[in-house]
Amino acid sequence: MTEISMAQALNAALRDAVKDDDRVLIFGEDVGPLGGVFRVTDGITADFGEERCFDTPLAESGIVGFAVGMAMGGFRPVVEMQFDAFAYPAFEQITSHVAKLRNRTRGALSLPMVIRIPYAGGIGGVEHHCDSSEAYYTHTPGLRVVTPGTPQDAYDLLRDSIDSPDPVIFLEPKCRYWAKETVSFTRDGAAMDRAVVRREGKDVTLIAYGPMVATALETAEAAKAEGWDVEVVDLRSLSPFDDETVTASVRRTGRAVVVHEAAGFGGYGAEVVARVTEQCFHQLHAPVLRVTGLDIPYPPPKLERHQLPDVDRILDTVARLQWNDEPAVAGA
Amino acid sequence: MSRETLAAALLPSPVPVRFLAEDGTRVDEHGGYTAPPPDRLVEAYRLMVLGRRFDVQATALTKQGRLAVYPSSAGQEACQVASALALTDADWLFPTYRDSVALVARGLEPGEILTLLRGDAHCGYDPTETRVAPQCTPLATQTLHAAGLAHAMRRRGEEAVAFALIGDGATSEGDFHEALNFAAVFKAPVVFFVQNNGFAISVPFEKQSAAPALAYKGVGYGVRSEQVDGNDAVAVLSVLDDAVAHARAGRGPVLVEAHTYRIDAHTNADDATRYRDPAEVEKWRAADPVRRLETYLTNENLLSGDDIERFRAEAETFAAGVRDTLNADVEPDPLSLFEHVYAVPTRQLAAQRELVAAELEAVEG
Repeated sequence: MTEISMAQALNAALRDAVKDDDRVLIFGEDVGPLGGVFRVTDGITADFGEERCFDTPLAESGIVGFAVGMAMGGFRPVVEMQFDAFAYPAFEQITSHVAKLRNRTRGALSLPMVIRIPYAGGIGGVEHHCDSSEAYYTHTPGLRVVTPGTPQDAYDLLRDSIDSPDPVIFLEPKCRYWAKETVSFTRDGAAMDRAVVRREGKDVTLIAYGPMVATALETAEAAKAEGWDVEVVDLRSLSPFDDETVTASVRRTGRAVVVHEAAGFGGYGAEVVARVTEQCFHQLHAPVLRVTGLDIPYPPPKLERHQLPDVDRILDTVARLQWNDEPAVAGA
Repeated sequence: MSRETLAAALLPSPVPVRFLAEDGTRVDEHGGYTAPPPDRLVEAYRLMVLGRRFDVQATALTKQGRLAVYPSSAGQEACQVASALALTDADWLFPTYRDSVALVARGLEPGEILTLLRGDAHCGYDPTETRVAPQCTPLATQTLHAAGLAHAMRRRGEEAVAFALIGDGATSEGDFHEALNFAAVFKAPVVFFVQNNGFAISVPFEKQSAAPALAYKGVGYGVRSEQVDGNDAVAVLSVLDDAVAHARAGRGPVLVEAHTYRIDAHTNADDATRYRDPAEVEKWRAADPVRRLETYLTNENLLSGDDIERFRAEAETFAAGVRDTLNADVEPDPLSLFEHVYAVPTRQLAAQRELVAAELEAVEG
């Protein structure tokens, strides 16, 4: 077995899905001969033909709306939005139709489709190429929203998402595309809808997903020096939320920090904090804290290091978790 | 085909296609189209009488509080009925909220059509059984679904067509343009039918578009285009029959613009006197599509006084049925709220379902 990158794992998942199910179609801007700007669809048109993987006109609403019709017609479209902020023109199609058609038709019509969105920063991209848009989608009932943190999960989650009878927003952390791991192509079906404990620890739970999983794991290693035994939970599924895994972890450790790249205000982390607080209040030794991106439009590349939560910022936050009955928030 | 020849082939008729003058006499402005056979026209007339009566009934039901709102399509019966008659059972219809009469003409149950406006459910009929998509409220979004579904059906080897209805306002939306472009690029068998009824709520056509006619918008996308007198049922049916046949034959999408007029306000909740001259409405009343067809068919001895009486009686019975259906008090099951949000229900929804169930139990004792 050789190590492959997350982009290659996604490519393998797409190939296997196309191979296994005639209904699976891949389309979007540049996904054909070019293989996608990140090469996630590399070689699929060459190997399976333009019938199965094809380029469309450059219009995101068009791509998603067309996919709605194709799904109504019995296909299982897997479409690419190329970059996070480029998906916004498709927002109406996603929220008004993709998310709602099953409900509107009382189950008569379903939309088994996957919308792949390369998201988040850390790659030195210019503006409109680095948004973390998960909260828009997780706030929309009817969508499943997932994001892999590792190549193995990328393979498993994408296969599961394509098989899902519900529409899935599949957020691919761009900065992890080149991360490598040995990947098994035998699926256990456990990734969908389920969080996973990436690293066990007994003092504090770091709750992360997508691009921040690796950062959280690095933080856990660095925390050893402080004498903290850090557990890392990778959510994988942002919607639905796996309360069970998360709560069990926080009840064990009694402390939790949520980490994400997106702006904190009104963000996805607020939901996580609320759920954890509601369910673990009596086991908590400290308030649940967040480490998030700043509440600013995603900054230009030369400044993005200030935006992204890093090991130091997470460790500083962990340090505020009332280890010595000190207030958790400075000045509070 | 050279680009010049192609462009010429896509161009709509320079004036709207028309078989009947406003007084019901035959005119020769039909640009080579063939009039549909008499039995088809008589059937169109029957459905237009039925559709108008339905529209009047539905409007009345808003006054009784039975319907939350009703967007009338009075004056647009020729377009509504022809949309249904141009299609086979295998074809898919993508209607908007204003196209209830088209659904009546397609044979859907009035109670199921009006479920949306009564407030029972978003879509009262089964779209897979009827091949009618849910009536679309966002503007022009369903034109993309029609293009995608048309492409899907073609790939599956079905000889079916998707037919998308929109109004003039919706042609300003981006999705309309993306749909024309996608349909043309993929040569999808879809017909885009614009009922230009003069107003997008209160905004008149002149402020909506500077195009000489909306039909010209197809040409730029490589979509065959046509314009038709939307109050002339003979012309609308003829043009739509031809458009559907073109799409069905695999020759690509068609855009048809019907020039018509919204006799009533946007909905019963709107006051149209604030933005338009009553004299204009009167002018269009004189162009009434039902009377025009009735006069023509009568003059041609295709329709007798007895036929007219019979159709009107049928429409009265139909309206009584609509009243009875809508007057029945239906209480949707609150727990149905949790059904069909996801195919695989989430744990969060299961918990919320328990909450509502407990609330119901407490109230009901």
